[in-house]
Amino acid sequence: MKTLLIGEYREGKLLDSTYELLGFAAQLGAETAMLLVGSENQLPLYGGTLYLADAAACGEYNPDLHKKLIIEVVQQENPDYIVFLHSSYGWDLAPRVAVALKAAQISEVIAIQDSGFEVGCCNGKMRRSVKPATNKTVLTVQAGAFPALQPGGLPTVHKITSAGIGSLEFIGYEPAEKKDVDLAKAEVIVSAGRGVGKKDNIPVIQALAKALGGELGASRPVVDAGWVGHSHQVGTTGQNVSPKLYVACGISGAIQHLAGMKKSDFILAINKDKDAPIGEVADVLVVADVMQFVPALTAKVAR
Amino acid sequence: MKLLVCIKQVPDLESRFKANAEGVWYNEADLAFRMNEYDEYAVEQSVQLREKLGEGTELTVLSIGPDRVVEAIKKALAMGCDTAVHVQDAAASGKDPWQIASIIAAYAKDKSFDIIFTGMQSQDRGSAQVGVTVAELLGFACTTTIVGFEYDNGTITAKRELEGGIKGIVRMKSPALVTCQLGLNIPRYPTLPNIMKAKKKEIIAIPVADLLREESLAATTSFHPPAKKGGGIVLEGDMADLVDKVIAILKDKTAVLR
Ligand SMILES: Cc1cc2nc3c(=O)[nH]c(=O)nc-3n(C[C@H](O)[C@H](O)[C@H](O)COP(=O)(O)OP(=O)(O)OC[C@H]3O[C@@H](n4cnc5c(N)ncnc54)[C@H](O)[C@@H]3O)c2cc1C
Ligand SMILES: Cc1cc2nc3c(=O)[nH]c(=O)nc-3n(C[C@H](O)[C@H](O)[C@H](O)COP(=O)(O)OP(=O)(O)OC[C@H]3O[C@@H](n4cnc5c(N)ncnc54)[C@H](O)[C@@H]3O)c2cc1C
Repeated sequence: MKTLLIGEYREGKLLDSTYELLGFAAQLGAETAMLLVGSENQLPLYGGTLYLADAAACGEYNPDLHKKLIIEVVQQENPDYIVFLHSSYGWDLAPRVAVALKAAQISEVIAIQDSGFEVGCCNGKMRRSVKPATNKTVLTVQAGAFPALQPGGLPTVHKITSAGIGSLEFIGYEPAEKKDVDLAKAEVIVSAGRGVGKKDNIPVIQALAKALGGELGASRPVVDAGWVGHSHQVGTTGQNVSPKLYVACGISGAIQHLAGMKKSDFILAINKDKDAPIGEVADVLVVADVMQFVPALTAKVAR
Repeated sequence: MKLLVCIKQVPDLESRFKANAEGVWYNEADLAFRMNEYDEYAVEQSVQLREKLGEGTELTVLSIGPDRVVEAIKKALAMGCDTAVHVQDAAASGKDPWQIASIIAAYAKDKSFDIIFTGMQSQDRGSAQVGVTVAELLGFACTTTIVGFEYDNGTITAKRELEGGIKGIVRMKSPALVTCQLGLNIPRYPTLPNIMKAKKKEIIAIPVADLLREESLAATTSFHPPAKKGGGIVLEGDMADLVDKVIAILKDKTAVLR
């Protein structure tokens, strides 16, 4: 069995998440080759075959060219699996490669099974086992699902290149919004999710944060709706936190939220839904209405 | 100009899910359905563009599924879409994203759409494949996960959201497809007059057999809850009691309460 792993590179740097692909391939027990649109000065610590295209020439985000490069290497290497991370780079590029190969694509793989792959569904509440019906399969693997593996050594580099311009013009990056609260330093974070119901209820969550001597955090919909500022957002597109105590109020526990807080020392979740996926990481899940429970808890803590 | 927005109807994710008889997807009984959240952003963006371009622009909403999806279609019409297409697919047999995308592409092929909007992913399956696959099948330029969208005279400037909140800015020419991320805009609530107006808008029904020419490339073999990881405690019951228990646990297990 053979895999072609598609590494990631952004703003002039090899991304560490690339090593998760090697972790995945090791669990699969498969041979590996890697393809990276990156730089000679940023080689992965991996003693295998590396097909390397220069990002200065092929662009960091130029899916048309990257697709062409991948297809050419697939023809040479003839892998069973073409493996991406389920990331903004991977989910954008993988379907293009799958269409070109008319291969099955299985998105956001979280585990390898005897006759296929396990993926999450229903916002993380359920799982599906999926089996490809094609002899080549494109996979995207969930960030964090497979431990990173850094085999060491230096790759045998095959330089590749592609001409043409592609249908997208990449203008540039815009940095993340400035943070006015550094949640990473907080010992206690009390986060509000959509289950809090409305903007007017945010002070109730804030009061618990204050009583516990902590900061207010939030899930993304609460930020998108303008209930609290972006600098409070926890998760893949917000901040990564690991406080001594994380209190999740009315947060379902989507993977993108969990990725930002699951390393917290102690997690208390309040949710009216006993099956909410936040229960998978919570040390204590209180099944209750957040607007009844939180004020009652605040009152007791403040005393 | 011709615009298309593709929407999926998904169950309320706060529901309890049980496998269907075949054990490969959820049992629909007792589930309430609504428009996929990501698609609300797609509809809003397409309606905003439709309003900006004014007369001479037509915005079509399309959804594939059983009769229940007409509810989601009606919402999109009330938000401001002009016409609708319901690709009727009552068969409870699973279709993979490849087939769904092929159906949409087969419909769109000879309609000369300028811009197609889809959600970045569905909330129930979350493959994040359908949009990009449609674009590839039609030979459209495409970018994904957009949190910013501008259109000017055939050129789209979009802001893609990347990990850590960084954004990538890209430009492309129509015909193009964008997949919409949460927070792209603030989806409007349909007003009562617009709900009434929407009732008069046309919904064209097309049997799926007219558009489906592809076999599935992947099959779901099982639908099941996650293996319980254990460890965590679940507390239920009387409110005062719950508070006391939680205080006791926090005192015992964390250094933040003494
Ligand atoms: C590329 C990408 C990046 C993302 N980045 C992030 C990110 O950085 N951070 C992030 O948070 N999300 C992120 N998301 C969004 C993520 O997928 C989820 O949509 C989001 O985390 C859900 O927020 P939520 O839990 O507050 O809302 P929901 O999923 O709607 O959950 C609300 C919860 O509240 C419970 N509830 C409702 N009413 C009550 C009540 N009265 N009392 C108690 N409980 C109640 C419900 O049972 C439910 O579990 C991202 C998504 C994508 C695709
Ligand atoms: C009648 C019916 C029965 C089904 N039965 C099963 C089953 O038994 N087993 C199973 O595993 N799955 C089943 N499904 C689910 C279906 O196969 C998936 O929705 C499909 O594969 C798309 O994948 P996704 O939701 O991951 O799309 P994604 O790629 O995550 O969706 C991205 C975007 O594509 C567009 N889109 C997606 N689906 C549609 C649609 N239906 N109409 C219009 N636009 C859409 C939306 O804009 C959406 O935001 C069924 C669906 C239908 C309609």
